[in-house]
Amino acid sequence: MVKQLVAVFLAAILTENYVLSKFLGICPFLGVSKKVNTALGMSAAVTFVMVLATAVTYPIYENILVPFGLEYLQTIVFILVIAGLVQLVEIILKKYMPPLYNSLGIYLPLITTNCAVLGVTMLVLEKAAQDPSYTYVTALVNAFGAGIGFLVAMVIFAGVRGRLETADIPKSLKGLPITLVSASLVSVSFLGFAGLVEGLMG
Amino acid sequence: MQKKSLFKEFSKGIIKENPVLCLVLGTCPTLAVTTQASNAIGMGAAATIVLICSNAAISLLRKVIPGKVRIPAYITIIAGFVTMVQMLVKAFAPAIDEALGIYLPLIVVNCIILGRAEMFASKNSVIPSMVDGLGMGVGFTAAMLLMGSIREILGAGTFFGIPITSGFMDPILVFILPPGGFFVFGMLVALSSKLSGQKKTAEDISCAKCPMNKTCSKVNGEEGKCNG
Repeated sequence: MVKQLVAVFLAAILTENYVLSKFLGICPFLGVSKKVNTALGMSAAVTFVMVLATAVTYPIYENILVPFGLEYLQTIVFILVIAGLVQLVEIILKKYMPPLYNSLGIYLPLITTNCAVLGVTMLVLEKAAQDPSYTYVTALVNAFGAGIGFLVAMVIFAGVRGRLETADIPKSLKGLPITLVSASLVSVSFLGFAGLVEGLMG
Repeated sequence: MQKKSLFKEFSKGIIKENPVLCLVLGTCPTLAVTTQASNAIGMGAAATIVLICSNAAISLLRKVIPGKVRIPAYITIIAGFVTMVQMLVKAFAPAIDEALGIYLPLIVVNCIILGRAEMFASKNSVIPSMVDGLGMGVGFTAAMLLMGSIREILGAGTFFGIPITSGFMDPILVFILPPGGFFVFGMLVALSSKLSGQKKTAEDISCAKCPMNKTCSKVNGEEGKCNG
């Protein structure tokens, strides 16, 4: 059980990295990875919302949508739940935890339309359908791992972009193109993890 | 006169304001599904249908939706159309459904669709909005098809599944893996800004058109710059 959870967690970070191998959440990955501390704040907010969204949408799907045969409403229900949840978290943080709101709050509106959050909530259900040993707890661990994977990718990339600022770049590659090429190189390094988790966990 | 301006709305989406290569919106599906040219067409067609329908609906409702709740309202309308397209694809093209997987429902959060709703459909009448949606959809499909073709030919040696380079070149596998996606996209953006000779960099343009521009620039602490 614990072994399975560790394997799911590591796989979500390294081999199934949401940004670098599933291409979810590319907009914040390119948009807010300029400085390490904004990258950290954004990823912390994303991780928080990912776990919370999975915690809410998983039971909704299993206990409301499936028994009533409404699986086709998944997309519309999930996006509304996530949008409502993000608003709620923003209001609660603002009222009761102002310091946390000041550090994470500005990232929250960006997260509603972040495809990584919606992607996680749907992918864990897809996995749960294929594997009977996949439970609610596994889904939560998977969502947490996905968030940490996002954080790892963002922080590594923020570091790479810091180096780019002083580099001499050909004129037509300046700006977005060179950012994408460096993302490609960071992604190559994550290819090296392929098969690692299966190897470690047997 | 009217006909000409409608044509202009249509054609701007394909070249001058191509959503992928010039505005740099909708990067997630562009990178994810372009491992094969046929996936690119499937994704493009699905997104185009959603774009036309949601632009039409939002344009019709633009005087009814209060400004404060417009983004949630747009998302709900878009999610409704995405669900419809999802069911149609599942029923009539199960192979495409299989290939696109999770990226089909994720059209909901595609910024091209929300972006066009906010930038165009909320300010214009129905016919121009639909034409704008069609143009943007065709531009999106064309850009993805271009990228899908490059990646499929170089990475798998096939084009729409037909082997073409087996005689003289081995496939370069990395092009259909994630790094190849980032690389090809970077090169295409560079080429498109070189060809169009824009003085502005790609990201200045994308940020002005992006619905999240304000929040994004607040996060980076710089006005009107989200990507740079």
